[in-house]
Amino acid sequence: MIPATFEYLVPTALPEAIALLQDHGAEAKILAGGHSLIPLMKLRLAAPAYLIDINQIAGLEGIREEDGNLRLGALTREADLESSELIRERYPILHDATRVIADPLVRNRATIGGNLAHADPANDHPAVMLALRAVVVTRGPDGERRIPIDEFFVDTFETALGPAELLTEILVPSPAPHSGGAYLKLERKVGDYAIVGVAVQLALSADGTVAAAGIGLTNVGATALRASQAEAALIGRQPNEEMLKEAARLAATEAEPTTDLRGPAGYKREMIRVLGGRALVRALERARGGV
Amino acid sequence: MTTVAPALGHGGVKRKEDPRFLQGKGNYIDDHRLPGMVYLDIVRSPYAHARVTHINAEAALALPGVLAVITGKDLEAAGLAWIPTLMSDKQMVLPVDTVKFQGQEVVAVVAEDRYTAADAVPLIEVGYEPLTPVMTPEKALAPGAPLVRPDRDQKDNRIFHWEVGQREETERALQGSDVVVTEEIYIPRIMTSAIETNGCVADWQSATGKLTIYMTTQAPHAIRTVFALVTGLPEHLIRIVSPDLGGGFGGKVPVYPGYVLAAVASLKLGRPVKWIEDRSDNLVSASFARDYRMTAELGATNEGRITALRIKTIADHGYSDAAANPSKFPAGMFHICTGSYDLKTAFVEVDGVYTNKPPGGIAYRCSFRVTEAVHAIECLAERMAHQLGMDPAAFRQKNFIQPEQFPYRSALGWEYDSGNYPAALTKAMEMIGYDDLRREQAEKRARGELMGIGISFFTEIVGAGPSKTFDILGLKMFDSCEIRVHPTGKVLARLGTKSQGQGHETTYAQIISEELGFPIADISIEEGDTDTAPYGLGTYASRSTPTSGAATAVAARRLREKAKLIAGHLLEVSPDDLVWDRDRFHVQGVPERFKTIQDISFAAYTNFPPTMEPGFEMTSYYDPPNLTFPFGAYICVVDIDRGTGQVKVRRFVAVDDCGNRINETIVEGQIQGGLTMGLAPSFYESMIYDEDGNCLTSTFMDYLLPTAMETPNWETGATITPSPHHPFGAKGVGESATVGAPPAMVNAVVDALWHLGVRQIDIPITPWKVHAILQEAGVAE
Amino acid sequence: MKMPVRVTINGTVREATVEPRLLLVHFIREELNLTGTHIGCDTTSCGACAVLLDGRAVKSCTVFAVQARGRDIMTVEGLMKNGAYHPLQEGFWEKHGLQCGFCTPGMLMTSLALLRGNPHPTELEIREAISGNLCRCTGYVNIVKAIQYAAEKLAAPVAEAQPV
Repeated sequence: MIPATFEYLVPTALPEAIALLQDHGAEAKILAGGHSLIPLMKLRLAAPAYLIDINQIAGLEGIREEDGNLRLGALTREADLESSELIRERYPILHDATRVIADPLVRNRATIGGNLAHADPANDHPAVMLALRAVVVTRGPDGERRIPIDEFFVDTFETALGPAELLTEILVPSPAPHSGGAYLKLERKVGDYAIVGVAVQLALSADGTVAAAGIGLTNVGATALRASQAEAALIGRQPNEEMLKEAARLAATEAEPTTDLRGPAGYKREMIRVLGGRALVRALERARGGV
Repeated sequence: MTTVAPALGHGGVKRKEDPRFLQGKGNYIDDHRLPGMVYLDIVRSPYAHARVTHINAEAALALPGVLAVITGKDLEAAGLAWIPTLMSDKQMVLPVDTVKFQGQEVVAVVAEDRYTAADAVPLIEVGYEPLTPVMTPEKALAPGAPLVRPDRDQKDNRIFHWEVGQREETERALQGSDVVVTEEIYIPRIMTSAIETNGCVADWQSATGKLTIYMTTQAPHAIRTVFALVTGLPEHLIRIVSPDLGGGFGGKVPVYPGYVLAAVASLKLGRPVKWIEDRSDNLVSASFARDYRMTAELGATNEGRITALRIKTIADHGYSDAAANPSKFPAGMFHICTGSYDLKTAFVEVDGVYTNKPPGGIAYRCSFRVTEAVHAIECLAERMAHQLGMDPAAFRQKNFIQPEQFPYRSALGWEYDSGNYPAALTKAMEMIGYDDLRREQAEKRARGELMGIGISFFTEIVGAGPSKTFDILGLKMFDSCEIRVHPTGKVLARLGTKSQGQGHETTYAQIISEELGFPIADISIEEGDTDTAPYGLGTYASRSTPTSGAATAVAARRLREKAKLIAGHLLEVSPDDLVWDRDRFHVQGVPERFKTIQDISFAAYTNFPPTMEPGFEMTSYYDPPNLTFPFGAYICVVDIDRGTGQVKVRRFVAVDDCGNRINETIVEGQIQGGLTMGLAPSFYESMIYDEDGNCLTSTFMDYLLPTAMETPNWETGATITPSPHHPFGAKGVGESATVGAPPAMVNAVVDALWHLGVRQIDIPITPWKVHAILQEAGVAE
Repeated sequence: MKMPVRVTINGTVREATVEPRLLLVHFIREELNLTGTHIGCDTTSCGACAVLLDGRAVKSCTVFAVQARGRDIMTVEGLMKNGAYHPLQEGFWEKHGLQCGFCTPGMLMTSLALLRGNPHPTELEIREAISGNLCRCTGYVNIVKAIQYAAEKLAAPVAEAQPV
């Protein structure tokens, strides 16, 4: 219940934060929303000697569309994502995801940057960002980097971020016409991590066939997973009932679930199929102009 | 149906205790701060079974702010390493050589502040030599199993064998029955998880020789007596004060090692010592509930008349029998399991077994194992009905004990006081629209949709209990009320029970107000301080209304008798010429000649009859003549998602009969809360241990309490069948809903799946459990 | 290395010097002696510690006091105004929305934040809003009714300005 002692550092600008990370290396941890880190510290599963609180750094928060992208500041709180009209209207898959993260109180503090950087395969945003083919913007000692999402999640709790690198922004390509997405999460109770989650983002061509498909899977692997076979099977095809069922079936084969307190591996794999099917239907509805 | 006009008609008076809670000025244990107070924290065992080879506290003691370390060897010297349990077994405060469950207290450390104590814990080096843990009763009973308790005389892991009923007759009756249904039912271990954990502040004052312990306890007097017997400290110099409690549910009854450790530390340091559990401490070590494996059999004729019941139970008690049962009943009131049915032949046996888990057993609103008993009989009854092709409601109506049969002597020896079962079931069926639901179900089933309707009709048994049968560690289970009226007509009443949220400050005041006419605002109720409250056995097992509630009425009536004599004196008439009317005595036929209870109160101190003792105070210690038997009809409707296996409780109707109700709103609140604690184990909660003894559900991340999103809108109704032996016909209700709800939910799920060949399902009903059934039946989406 | 922490809490400026690791809930309870905010778990699950931080409902067990420097905090002790109950406190009392009272301060603060942002919530929105606050006693039914009571009261026209 009580964390170990640490020194508390509050940089007011990014270069300062980066320098602090360089100075203290593995002994330091970034404090953003703190709702992954502080619980670990209270259980003494994490005991950083230095906590670098980046909440005072200006310019890391915000939701806006610019140059063909949705730009999400890393420090944007989940609650603000949830209440954003822009996101609800234009990126409903993101709205779906943000409103099922933990509970409303946690969402007042938790940040999207933290959700991605923590790289817990049980977190909800990673699969959604895979489906959206997002790009992660970082800043480090060598300046700015743009990391495609497929390269970002390396392993459980491990990302492509360098030791002194900070995630500053997420770029989500603005949706093409006839695009739609959905995120469905199966949970043991509201507020829990996912038993499984499936994120689907579809774009349709003028003739109604699938022009692009992104499918991300939550909590069925060491990281969030892309169901690339399921995606490939959809491209150029008419998204009829049979096709969607096939895509869902393929996505289930690509999952790597393990048995734990959230259910047997076999059940989880089946749920990827079931939820995947439902998410595909929903995404398609939205792509066709429904809400 | 008969509704006797209740003796009390206050309805939903707003609670008197609420203002301080609404303002954040409650007085819970962690709010207590005494000058010079220090903090105690505990090193806990990572192993379920291990020898403790060495303890090195040097580094901890060197940490600035750390004041003391206590080990099992220190306690052994004071004769406190082991203490008796409430069932006359013994349990460790700290181990001298062996630990017996993961999370067990191993070393205590005391420091100036909470944070330093927490820092000291990982600095204490403990060496362990792991031993093989025994994690299930099957393993415990297997030949050659490691002994959990080598200190006991017997060389196996059995604790007790208890049986009641007619063994041979039941065997014959079952053999001779047209139909027998058998179920192997496992009710897993669960934890009360009141939002406030356990804790205490122990304050030894050497100048007075007095030990005061502020303690989260539902039974302060019993704890005081136990402390006196165990420590040798004189009982008049021990004071237990139970403050505002953030829930109890039975989990705040046992003597926890932390209480003893804090007392020992205070004695050693001469300073007040606070100990407050973390949630994970609580989940790994506090008193568990359930953990019953039952083989249950019900026999019936082809026409649907129940012939006999037999239940054999293996009870996993953890490493010590510390269940807070009345001493003659190691399985509590489990033999209420003949339930609401008129059956003449039954046999029950329960075998308690040791395992390497924490002790406990009587908790989580179980009403002394009544949850387990009702679960068995109500699952059996429903299954028998389906098996015979009878509607489950009709089956019950056919077998109910009828109103004219009360008082009813059950096959296993209880005398049920009163009941009108048919009326309650009929009411529940009307409220839920039972016939329409069956029609809907048939239509849905034809379309392949899974909808279930489940019934549970329970008879509860509360108000422990009459002195001839009930005691805890020898202490008889009466309870008490002392009413003192001040000259200006204001009342202070103290009782031996202890509220943990049940609204005692309001309901006891309502009883006094009803009996004596004082406005509720003029009555103060106190509980929990053993220096001032009359002796009682505390609040658990829904006993407060049947015992202290009765004592309150009795004491108030004794005061009214004295009031009559004083009134006669004041009015200069014979008391026989006086009539009581709500809050005053008036001369028979002359209502304008009266004295109010306030007039009389003042006169008790200033103008009383010459032969009378002055003052205006009465105490009653109430030894109930019998238990009381609340009952209820619960009906649950579920819909099952064929894709995910998730079960949604669409509707739940609960008709409860707890006799006369003092406060309708409070009763309804108890039921709503109780139903939610019936939903929780049915679908969400269970304690899971792996075979190495690791507890896998030691936080709220995995021990899942339902939120407002999981909890349906409970629909409640009432019938009122007063208890004939209770002073105002009331019965007690706190646990009824937790007792009655799970079988209704289980039965609803089984009903939804019956046509697929499903006959029973163990709780918790997880989505993957249901999904596996759907897959096997070929109907998964 | 201790640091000074100054906050405005329930309208009053308060200050103490504390270790950076001191949890905000402990700061409130033990440094500022406001014990209405409670602790019920150790995994940010139960919500008994909910307070308003710059107007947002947060779990104060998962924030360090140092993070609240210069910020505005409201706890249950700040709900009453001039001896009058806030409509939420009234609602919880009228509708029997509390039994043991331990989760109640957290519930009050969470529902205050809800009604400020959404004055006319549906029942589902209420249940979602309090889904991070666990109650063991009430089964939530009367808590929902209490919040609905308060929403109605706050929406009703009043003679004097009613601070929300």
